[in-house]
Amino acid sequence: MSHDCVSCALNPQRLEVVAGSHDFVVVVAGNPNTGKSTVFNALTGLRQRSGNWPGTTVTRAEGGYRHNGRGYKVVDLPGVYSLRSATGEEDVARAYLENGIHDVTVVVVDATRLERHLGLVLQILQVTHHVVVALNLVDEAERHGIVVDTRRLARSLGVPVVATAARRGRGIADLMSSVESVATGSFTSRVRRPPNEDLSDDDAALVVFAEADRIARFCVRTEGRRVRQRVDGALDRVLTHRVWGFVVMALLFFAVFWFTIAGAAVPSDLLYRLLVQDGHAVVRDLLGGAPWWLTGLVADGVYLGTAWVIAVMLPPMAIFFPLFTLLEDFGYLPRVAFNLDRLFAAAGAHGKQSLTMMMGYGCNAAGVTATRIIDSPRERLIAVITNNFSICNGRWPTLILMGTIFIGQLAPPGAAGLVAAASVVLVAVLGIVMTLVVSWMLSKTVLRGATSVYSLELPPYRPPQVLRTIYTSIIDRTLKVLRRAVVMAAPAGAVIWLIGNVDVVGESLAAHLVHGLDPLGLALGLNGVILLAYVVAIPANEIIIPAILLLTMTVGPVDFGVPGGVLLELGDAETASVLIEAGGWTLLTGVNLMLFSLLHNPCSTTVLTIWKETRSLKWTATATLLPLALAFLVTFLTATAARLT
Amino acid sequence: MTLDQLPRASSAVVIALDSAGAERLRLMDLGILPGTEVRADLTSPLGDPTAYLVRGSLIVLRRTQARAIHVELAAT
Repeated sequence: MSHDCVSCALNPQRLEVVAGSHDFVVVVAGNPNTGKSTVFNALTGLRQRSGNWPGTTVTRAEGGYRHNGRGYKVVDLPGVYSLRSATGEEDVARAYLENGIHDVTVVVVDATRLERHLGLVLQILQVTHHVVVALNLVDEAERHGIVVDTRRLARSLGVPVVATAARRGRGIADLMSSVESVATGSFTSRVRRPPNEDLSDDDAALVVFAEADRIARFCVRTEGRRVRQRVDGALDRVLTHRVWGFVVMALLFFAVFWFTIAGAAVPSDLLYRLLVQDGHAVVRDLLGGAPWWLTGLVADGVYLGTAWVIAVMLPPMAIFFPLFTLLEDFGYLPRVAFNLDRLFAAAGAHGKQSLTMMMGYGCNAAGVTATRIIDSPRERLIAVITNNFSICNGRWPTLILMGTIFIGQLAPPGAAGLVAAASVVLVAVLGIVMTLVVSWMLSKTVLRGATSVYSLELPPYRPPQVLRTIYTSIIDRTLKVLRRAVVMAAPAGAVIWLIGNVDVVGESLAAHLVHGLDPLGLALGLNGVILLAYVVAIPANEIIIPAILLLTMTVGPVDFGVPGGVLLELGDAETASVLIEAGGWTLLTGVNLMLFSLLHNPCSTTVLTIWKETRSLKWTATATLLPLALAFLVTFLTATAARLT
Repeated sequence: MTLDQLPRASSAVVIALDSAGAERLRLMDLGILPGTEVRADLTSPLGDPTAYLVRGSLIVLRRTQARAIHVELAAT
């Protein structure tokens, strides 16, 4: 069988992994940025399960493969710099290597930075001798004129060394064979490294790195004198330049947004027609014989709510996230963190928060998950709590609509579109200001004493794997979004239909609730309909506008003759007339809705993600209630100011 | 001198680390130890932090961190 077959994800030999049906357990360890997860993926194909290590918030991925008739379970350890530092990841890795059940440890090292990564190999060899070293990124090393003598390296370390280029599947079959020989005992490691436990931390580190240095000198040859690849150097000079650095950053940022917005328009319309218009009719027909309330609840409530969220959410997500991942693969994103770090340092945060914020513009839940790239506990919490101020994809439609109806109208007809767009950008900028201000406040108050260790590494630039990225991020995200849509939007749709159709004492439940919320709503420069819509739309911001329209038509003084509880879409002009004539909306309502949309609490998916990432009720509550309090405060202030003038 | 004073594109050798605790461990894990050669490679467009070339990797340190690392200019 050729290499390609062995490492192909579709190879039937690799598909029959069942938990518990393995003969050996292999753990994959290594520094961050060594392509460790690529090696893990190349071994296990696309059959993986990910979760967290018990009792921690550290990601745990597991997979498996079969080789020569034996089953191997593969556990991916978190990427660590050493086995002794203070981070949770390092604790997990150390504990597992010392006490966990495993037969072979594969340590992934970067062939272009062997000297530094050997330190971790030597530390691991003090804990276990059943080690195989995967000398990864050899293709990159070749490009840089770096030659590693694997035989010398294997002799120095006393364990097998396999040269791999995991992205291309090179060396993966050899790696499986080496793992087999160590697992079955046909290869005996010749390691004699007594742990130097009587040494101080400093001395132990010195000893380890001195040895790493010695081994690297013995095994690595550089052909041609190159401190760093010239291309990388030139790219960095441009991308971190005082002027060009920011120009490129702005251009790329706009390009990503433009592609997302322009590219999503057509598929969104298509999905809307297919799911909302045609699909709705089909579902109603299917339920033809059912009682009216069942048809209403299922077709008008659950189905429409779900279809709506999918049509609004899926296309932008399927464009935004792959673009983002491509920039990440290329190695550009850490440079953004590097360029902006000073701004975040002043707010007591980490430059990498700029990246989690950008993720938040796609989806706050994804942004919160992305904070894992920040390994310092204090800065990570700050990034989690403030991610809400990045306006997610579900909130853009609300802002654009309000900007168009209420603010664009103030400008002369020719400039209306421009003024509307500017107002939306202004709200987004306000979000960035809020992020920095709230970050600064948190770092000066509740998070003052928390641990903080700054580190950032700029990985080498790598050609991104376009097709693989698009495939995995679309498949991965699509499934996640679909699941979220069903789990979250379906009940929201049901609730909207129910409150619109269940009558209590002569009027619908929705009407009672709206009248009850009106005083508070009006005090905030909003109204009862908006507040009720925000309560109903806690599971998904995407349905705010349809929910507001629906409630306004159900509860308002004007009878529109629409069936109760059916979400519908109207053009801008009809929307404006419904809101202004039936809802009594003013410019203040529009402006305050934009502010409320920016500041209010994160959606339930994001809250759940924050809980999963922090495992702390206190921080989850803070991240949920702090934005809500700010939303109330700011809208109350603007409403009061408007009344005084 | 300390590392933050190292001019761009010049190299120095680490003599001692003044930092303590987790910060010190992290620096050592990144391979910044007495005897290590360090080169100031890139400065952020906002003036801070700086990326240093250490054992073939670009490690970014803020000025406050670099101030605690004592170095002497490498004899080139």
